[in-house]
Amino acid sequence: MKFSKLFKINEDRSLYPPLNSEGKVDVDLSSHKYVKLWHGPQHPGITGNMSLELTLLGDEIMDCETHVGYLHRGFEKLMERRKWIQCFPIVCRITVPEPDYNEYCFAAGVEELAGIEIPETAKWLRTLTLEMARLQSYLMWIGGQAGSLGMGIVGQWSNYCRDLVLDRFEELTGGRIYHMYIIPGGVRGLLPDGFEKRMEETLKTIEEFMVDIDKVMFNNAVFKKRTVGMGYIDPKWIYQFGITGPNARAAGVPDDIRKKYPYLKYPELDFEPIVGKDSDIYTRADVRRRDLLLSVDLIRQILAKMPKDGDFKAPTPNVLHWQIPAGETFIRSECTRGEFAYYIVSDGSEYPRRINVRGPSYTHAVALLEKMITNTNLADVAGLMTSLHTYPPEIER
Amino acid sequence: MIMNTPLDNIKTVFPNADVWTQRQELYHMSIPKEQLVALVTHLKEVEGYLHLVQLTAVDWIEKNQFQLTYILNNPIKKIDVMVKTFIPRDNPTMETIHHLWEQAATYQRELREMFGINFPGSPRVDKPFILEGWDDIPPYRRDFDTKKYAEETYFPRPGRETHDPKEFMKKKLYPDEI
Amino acid sequence: MSKSDLEKRTVMSPDGEPIEINPLQDYFCDARPKVHEPVLPIFEKFLNWARSESLWVLGFGTGCGAIEMRPLMTPRFDAYRFGIQWRPTPRQSSVFIISGYLSVKTLKRVIRSYEQMQNPKFVIALGSCTINGGMYWDSYNTIKRLDHYLPVDVYIAGCMPRPEAILAGFEKLKELIRQGKGEGANLYAQNFDWYKANQKKIIKDWDMPDYNW
Repeated sequence: MKFSKLFKINEDRSLYPPLNSEGKVDVDLSSHKYVKLWHGPQHPGITGNMSLELTLLGDEIMDCETHVGYLHRGFEKLMERRKWIQCFPIVCRITVPEPDYNEYCFAAGVEELAGIEIPETAKWLRTLTLEMARLQSYLMWIGGQAGSLGMGIVGQWSNYCRDLVLDRFEELTGGRIYHMYIIPGGVRGLLPDGFEKRMEETLKTIEEFMVDIDKVMFNNAVFKKRTVGMGYIDPKWIYQFGITGPNARAAGVPDDIRKKYPYLKYPELDFEPIVGKDSDIYTRADVRRRDLLLSVDLIRQILAKMPKDGDFKAPTPNVLHWQIPAGETFIRSECTRGEFAYYIVSDGSEYPRRINVRGPSYTHAVALLEKMITNTNLADVAGLMTSLHTYPPEIER
Repeated sequence: MIMNTPLDNIKTVFPNADVWTQRQELYHMSIPKEQLVALVTHLKEVEGYLHLVQLTAVDWIEKNQFQLTYILNNPIKKIDVMVKTFIPRDNPTMETIHHLWEQAATYQRELREMFGINFPGSPRVDKPFILEGWDDIPPYRRDFDTKKYAEETYFPRPGRETHDPKEFMKKKLYPDEI
Repeated sequence: MSKSDLEKRTVMSPDGEPIEINPLQDYFCDARPKVHEPVLPIFEKFLNWARSESLWVLGFGTGCGAIEMRPLMTPRFDAYRFGIQWRPTPRQSSVFIISGYLSVKTLKRVIRSYEQMQNPKFVIALGSCTINGGMYWDSYNTIKRLDHYLPVDVYIAGCMPRPEAILAGFEKLKELIRQGKGEGANLYAQNFDWYKANQKKIIKDWDMPDYNW
């Protein structure tokens, strides 16, 4: 059944208070008509640790301001105090759910400035790690999206599947969450014995659970009623707000960095970017579900095509005395949420000059969310925020 | 040196712009401060660089300058360009570009708080974005010593030793050379 | 809430009359926390056993560690069989897990949530960032020693500790409670001034009452 009726932002403002010159409502708190509420950091409906300052008129939200900064550690300042190789353990903690994209972008930037070429096996292993990270991040997200609308069971299933993927990561790299596997010059080691067999079992389990999740979540009348037509992103806003990733693809823009600016071994893999048409919460969830299944397919292709052994690390000079030549570069990659980019400046010494991280949530959670959330119900805030898949650590680093 | 870049036609409009290549489809461009907003507007409206990827700053304290980098992307031709400009370090201000991209207001707010670069006219640029109750100099500047601040304000647990890895390995492997 | 909302002022009530309000005094009580003495040893043993078997945790993911708390709710590592549940409000919880580093902004909210929890309450500090700052030891925005700001009962080391390690930490906490040593809340009440002085030293814009309960 096709849902083609879209609910755009309500243009009929006759029942609302008038707007002032900035396009916002003049809120007078002492008139006791408006309630100011902090959808604050200690709240189960918030992704991560940030807060929204909401002004409500009855049940509808008039005004919203995003407050971030609860997780600020000053990474970019800390990295200026550490040598290049000492930055590696710290870089993966910038984006907690998917640390490998940080490691990849940093390693690729350093290799480009230093002029190091990595061997073929290392490229395949890096692609495999990035796809596995994407898989487990999508699994955690699906649990969060269903849980924010009240369906707790999907979270139990998907977190179990994610645990299986983390077990594979533990075999490969030694750690469940923070891997530090991608280092400048290549990766840290080859696949252990029997890895392909166990990975195939994991992927089969994930596919079985996805069939169940499809029935319970995507064919669910309550989920459809609450999400179809909600949270509309106008395609005109895509470049105005810098929206990237599944949020933009659900609005019809077929931008996938893996296809557009191919990096690592993606040119040799066979896939198409996944696009949706109605850009509401349901379509974004559907795009991400199909992207999850695409990741499963890509992992199978990688394991079939990659060479079984070979050099996994190019020789690098003594990393304690390493001085990267001066220059600037910019590396981007497609993480689960959108465009993830690093801007690295080196001045020829042993310490980095400036490393700037561009997380996709920077634009989604601050400017876009404040625009999208006006005139929605308080009960839908959690579902809306999770559908943008924002995560605060990369906003304030 | 003649470089054939897709951006060479910019030089006819802005003769002060320098263009050079970093790698395929990633170019640097540098321009004096006064012409920057005009150049960025020209790139967005005429050349099709619709996507603002990043706006950031680098502190070159030795030359007493801040470098502002605007990273733009052309989604159709798939080209990135890093536009840089230098502004003086004392009393740094820059014109705002939030009328071109609404998301630029967030970047400008962060630069104001972290570096002290003011963008007059940008919405909410004075409101603190990340830090709360901060009364020291903007923390990302090079003359702010974060280790000293951390040791004085917070209570570090005694007994922590820090070694410079180069010196440590030298003493361990070549003890006779000291 | 902005600073001007907390000052003494005159407002119009819904009936149309002007009234005087003083938010910090009217809406919050300025009593200090009290020390709760244990009751008769036989009752106290029973109460301690009951407290240890039903530890309800506040659902506040303060840092990196929040990501290793989700697997605990799934059937694989199952914390629910130990009587550990996650609750959304501090009024219904007795354990506060500080999962990782705390920035100054989060510390203010953590203090507020901690003081709203009912006695007896316990704090578990997860990760090495709470012990001595961890890998952010030279950062200007994270605190280095958690036990100068909140009374900690159990530390769990690691970066991140595995779910099995977190369960072992809970086991240790249960042992401490059964022995009668889970005295975090009483320590807080006894050394209230010292903790408050430390907190106020780093939280520069203090716009809450001294004891939020």
